[in-house]
Amino acid sequence: MTLLSVRDLTKHFPIKRGVFGQVSGQVRAVDGVSFDIAAGETLALVGESGCGKSTTGRVVLRLIEPTSGSVQFDGNDVFALGAGDLRRLRRKMQIVFQDPFSSLNPRMSIGAIVREGLTIHKLAEGAAADARVRELLEEVGLRPEYASRYPHEFSGGQRQRVGIARALSVEPTFIVCDEPVSALDVSVQAQVVNLLQDLQRDRGLAYLFIAHDLSVVEHIANRVAVMYLGHIVELAAVNDLYGTPIMPYTQALLSAVPAPDPGVKRERILLAGDVPSPANPPSGCVFHPRCQHPARDAACAAIVPPLEEKAPGHWAACIKQPPTAASWEAQKAAGGTNSPEFFLPRAALHRSVDSTSAHQSLPA
Amino acid sequence: MTAPLLEIENLRTWFYTDSGVARSVDGVSLHVDHGETLGVVGESGCGKSVTALSILRLIRAPGRIEAGSAIRFEGKDLLTLAERDIQHVRGNRIAMVFQEPMTALNPVFTVGDQIAEVARIHAGMSRRDAWEKAVEMLRLVGIPAPEQRAHEYPHQLSGGMRQRVVIAMALVMNPALVIADEPTTALDVTIQAQILELLADLTKRFGTSILLITHDLGVVAENCARVIVMYAGQVVEEATTAELFSHPHHPYTEGLLGAMPRVGGNAERLATIPGTVPSPTAWPDGCRFRERCMYAWERCAKEHPPLYQIGAGHVSRCHLAVEPERRSQPHLPVAAQQGVTAA
Repeated sequence: MTLLSVRDLTKHFPIKRGVFGQVSGQVRAVDGVSFDIAAGETLALVGESGCGKSTTGRVVLRLIEPTSGSVQFDGNDVFALGAGDLRRLRRKMQIVFQDPFSSLNPRMSIGAIVREGLTIHKLAEGAAADARVRELLEEVGLRPEYASRYPHEFSGGQRQRVGIARALSVEPTFIVCDEPVSALDVSVQAQVVNLLQDLQRDRGLAYLFIAHDLSVVEHIANRVAVMYLGHIVELAAVNDLYGTPIMPYTQALLSAVPAPDPGVKRERILLAGDVPSPANPPSGCVFHPRCQHPARDAACAAIVPPLEEKAPGHWAACIKQPPTAASWEAQKAAGGTNSPEFFLPRAALHRSVDSTSAHQSLPA
Repeated sequence: MTAPLLEIENLRTWFYTDSGVARSVDGVSLHVDHGETLGVVGESGCGKSVTALSILRLIRAPGRIEAGSAIRFEGKDLLTLAERDIQHVRGNRIAMVFQEPMTALNPVFTVGDQIAEVARIHAGMSRRDAWEKAVEMLRLVGIPAPEQRAHEYPHQLSGGMRQRVVIAMALVMNPALVIADEPTTALDVTIQAQILELLADLTKRFGTSILLITHDLGVVAENCARVIVMYAGQVVEEATTAELFSHPHHPYTEGLLGAMPRVGGNAERLATIPGTVPSPTAWPDGCRFRERCMYAWERCAKEHPPLYQIGAGHVSRCHLAVEPERRSQPHLPVAAQQGVTAA
């Protein structure tokens, strides 16, 4: 069952210049993003810094107002709701922030932090609320006695647990996890990842898991969406995305992850240069200036690639990876000289390619 | 066999704070050979950065390098050098690459000026020669259009470009040793791959040794021949990279390897190390890892383990070296038995 449905979401931030604040341009942070999340599912949103993944997470919860697009949550149009209805709906959709140091009020005890949501949404009062806070702390692996302590008395991993308990207090069905483990050490990171998985199993939560660490994502996600410069460039089930990444950007991203295995020397796809500025994105395919697809040509700079289903459930935005709706004639008309050809470099493959894959033209 | 380039012996760097003495680095010994890349891994608070700063004597009060520590570099004991002489070593023979390139660079000078400054101070070059040197260094680290880029300020460059500038600055004097403290932690994976490739290429060309400090075992696996694992201010294991990843001995190393999610790994659940690193003002007696360890027994509480020799070039600070049969009896660590994470 679809819980959250995002369609053509855009968020442009105006660039203001001079004393009169004249708008001189737009930062296209999120530029036409669509995805669905089913109840109890984890969709991961991955990409490099500045690709718009955090903005997407916040716009979905309407913590930032969108420029255009729509978000349906559990039958409600999130962008059409008034303040009161929105607050009631927020009970069902919560967020866990990246930085456990700045996301907790240092003047409130952790008990008060977790309790605040209960009070605001009138879920429990007095002794019942105290009992609920103790239960929640226990559920996230903190001692109930700690309720009277303050955030500075806790380590990063423990603070992140408090942030999770706070999100859980109002019994949401959907949580946006905005880089929840990026600030944590490896051993603590594993504890928090396991906790999130346990909570999902026990409570049937759906997560939008925003992260830049591909190895963590592979552990927690059911499906993965790769973002680049405000666009989703590939969206697939986790095994398909890691096994047969179709978009050249995803291939490069996967090959760049250092493998903790000194025996294996992998061929690495090194991307030249940096991510272009979202205030002035490249024409056509936003990735074309850095792309290493063998068939890349002038058509890539002219045609905006649609997000197409290249294999069942596997969506990618590349006109050079067949099957593509941008026909060879259309590409030639746009200055293309290389016809689309399927390209899957060995370097990007961490697993053997599934033999049942829908593509016949895999290179040997 | 020639003497190693850098040899640290029993380094102890303690901080005298109001809440007690923080023994951040507590008896670290290690060496870096000529042309070698040595990895130092560990979690935050294990003392790896303080070790790096101690090498260059960049420890400020209330921190102090305790008597009895020795840092030998190219035949000199850095800890007994006069301030003048240590300044000659800094930047000239040993250079440092910091984690956060934005704070390592001065925002009010152009990057060209900042690189040229190193050449003027350490090599006594003229302004013009130093500027040319700066442009040449920017080209060397792969910055496109270095003549123009040299006139830009740090805020005009991306994170990856800034880190290249910091590396260019470190390499101006062609140092014998580069200390890289989490050089890629603030960068995206694709940029991290570029920077690590650059460092590896430069060491190959100039024979520079690198002390690579990181928390990412993947980075170590791909870039270092030898690794040191630190925990609670001490070296707990040292081995070649291949040996450490295939036969980790110390339970902490084992835990770190298990806790690391890996691309292509199929374990549904990540192994964890319960609990957290203890406070440096109160390291536990005996083995400092014992409360989080699944093999710990009475001996671990009574006796602080020495570094046992496990094999050629492989040492481990764990009593399992002398009682290996204990490895077949794992149990729930103390930190996990409390059922909840301790504060």
